[in-house]
Amino acid sequence: MDPWMEEHMQRTATTRVIPAMAMLLLSPFLCPAQTPDEKGRAIAEEADHRYNGYGDSTAQLRMILRNRQGQTSQRRLRVRSLEVADGTKSLCIFDSPADVKQTILLTHTHTTAPDDQWLYLPALKRVRRIAAQNRSGSFVSSEFSYEDIATHVMEKYTYRWLRDEACDGQDCHVIERRPIDSRDSGYKRQVVWLDKSEYRMLKVDYYDRKDSLLKTLTFKDYHKYLDQWWRPCDMNMVNHQNGKSSRLIWSDFAFRTGLTENDFNQANLATIR
Amino acid sequence: MHAAMFLVLTVWSLSAASAEPNAPRSYEPIDRISGYVAGETRLFFQEPSFSDQREQDVSLAAQPEYYHQWTNGVAVTFTPFGRIDSADPERTHWDIRELNLLYPYENWFFRVGVTRVFWGATEFVHLVDIINQTDWIEHIDREDKLGQPMVEFSFTKNWGTLDFFVLPYFRERTFPGRHGRLRPEVVIDTDEAVYESPSEQRNIDIVGRYSRSFGSLDWGIYIFRGTSREPLLVPADYLDPNVPPGSRLVPFYEKATQAGTDLQWVTGNWLWKLEALYHSGYLDPYFAATGGLEYTFWGIAGSKTDFGLLAEYAYDERGDDITTTSIFDNDVFLGMRLTPNDTAGTQLLMGVMQDVEESESLMTIEASRRFGSHWRLSLDAWFFLSTPRDSLLYNFRNDDFVRLEMAYHF
Repeated sequence: MDPWMEEHMQRTATTRVIPAMAMLLLSPFLCPAQTPDEKGRAIAEEADHRYNGYGDSTAQLRMILRNRQGQTSQRRLRVRSLEVADGTKSLCIFDSPADVKQTILLTHTHTTAPDDQWLYLPALKRVRRIAAQNRSGSFVSSEFSYEDIATHVMEKYTYRWLRDEACDGQDCHVIERRPIDSRDSGYKRQVVWLDKSEYRMLKVDYYDRKDSLLKTLTFKDYHKYLDQWWRPCDMNMVNHQNGKSSRLIWSDFAFRTGLTENDFNQANLATIR
Repeated sequence: MHAAMFLVLTVWSLSAASAEPNAPRSYEPIDRISGYVAGETRLFFQEPSFSDQREQDVSLAAQPEYYHQWTNGVAVTFTPFGRIDSADPERTHWDIRELNLLYPYENWFFRVGVTRVFWGATEFVHLVDIINQTDWIEHIDREDKLGQPMVEFSFTKNWGTLDFFVLPYFRERTFPGRHGRLRPEVVIDTDEAVYESPSEQRNIDIVGRYSRSFGSLDWGIYIFRGTSREPLLVPADYLDPNVPPGSRLVPFYEKATQAGTDLQWVTGNWLWKLEALYHSGYLDPYFAATGGLEYTFWGIAGSKTDFGLLAEYAYDERGDDITTTSIFDNDVFLGMRLTPNDTAGTQLLMGVMQDVEESESLMTIEASRRFGSHWRLSLDAWFFLSTPRDSLLYNFRNDDFVRLEMAYHF
């Protein structure tokens, strides 16, 4: 068994499968009436479990930013990510606009500690540390914040099941997630629609700190990779308060490409393309 | 040379001992040309101090880059640079910024050829950056560097990264000629550079660096042995009695050993930075350091605009010694950074420098924004606010300028 699989299986076994199985087996006896909080968390865990475990992945991303007047501008970037013991490492390599070509954003998302983030500036070959606590900041001037783009960390939120309803023609769970530490998030809460068959996110409503609806993200064009991982190729974020929107068009997904932690080391950013 | 051989052998044995059997990673094949062409003008506000200096200048620069990467990760980079300047024939110059072959393998890489390497943390003074010579004539902010021929070996493990460099050829610093602004009264004659090393430009310099990231803290330390990048400027008549006194300055490049360290630490909205070095060369050894902090207010007033406040301090044990080319000996910098996070990628960085003991002070502004998807307009301004007669800044007393650049990126 290759070391990656081994590590992944251990992790899955200890952190995900055993608690999930235990809950499934024991819940009818121990808590016949599952509370909305327990149900919400179980749904979120199942979605998290189905999304993760991919090892590493690469993809191309086209961002289309649209202002209130309907004018658009585009960015192209390549995204690489790697699951590691305490979180996820990811690279965003910019290919356009031309003046920021080869700028790289490196993020280490941690399950408990604050995230680490570096920005590589190609003109000076310089690596700048940036304060990653700014999770509510705009990601490359889009309507997505770093928080919306980053890998979701289960441990940083509480969950609650709200209702079941149809969404985009499918039977859906509707759950709510709230940040445990308000500094971790720019939102008071998020309402998430997940389809019951595959636990794929179909829609997220983001409520600002004053609890008014700020943004809605819709996911479309899901494809299944390596016969296991569903990924949306079209994500559209609409900001209801400023009338702007940002669309992410993903393509060329590849999984288990052999990326290692070396490909995500801040000391090597100058040699990464 | 023995030292260099020893380093290479040590590193080779290190990497051999720790090779892990992993499936070779396949790299994305890339073959592309990118780069920029830029028109620039520097508008000076005052009459020049010295009779031969031209008042304004207009110039055109280009820096294309060719990059090819094979699926095994081996890559070639070629980045020539050239500028044609209307005022100063010395500023009409060209350089090979990069021409190198990169060979990565698992947790190490080899790089051979001309490369640019940057080390450092602070915003106003770039103190510890040592591999590449400053292309001073390009811009006095020391951020433009000449390509450095080298053999580099880099090795990364979970305990950090080790880098070894063998630098077989020395690049001389560029300086303005007699028609250029931003120069001392006595012209620096770059054609007659003098070396302490008998092998002159062919002295083999070596550098070893260790760097590591501890969560929110990045730290690096290096040792350099070779010809110092920082010249001492010596009146030519000191070296040759036949030269009339006060006619020109000659760069003298000493042999030196320098140890340097750099550190960046993030905590909450605070970013802490430190660079320090110890230099032992031809003259008395000295210590220099620069450091400070940056505090960022994210999304001010509910907007996407980030606003940062910077405070840095620079110290140099040599003081305002006339033999140095550094003016930052005991100076405080206060600055602000404004990042609106708009689609034009607008950026603004402003700073003022004030010497703690002397009256020396200056102000800098760096701003830029994108137009369409290929053009970027940059504005740099330097104002020499106070230039006492006994200071190196006195040379620039009439050189306040705004530099405007429109670049087409492809």
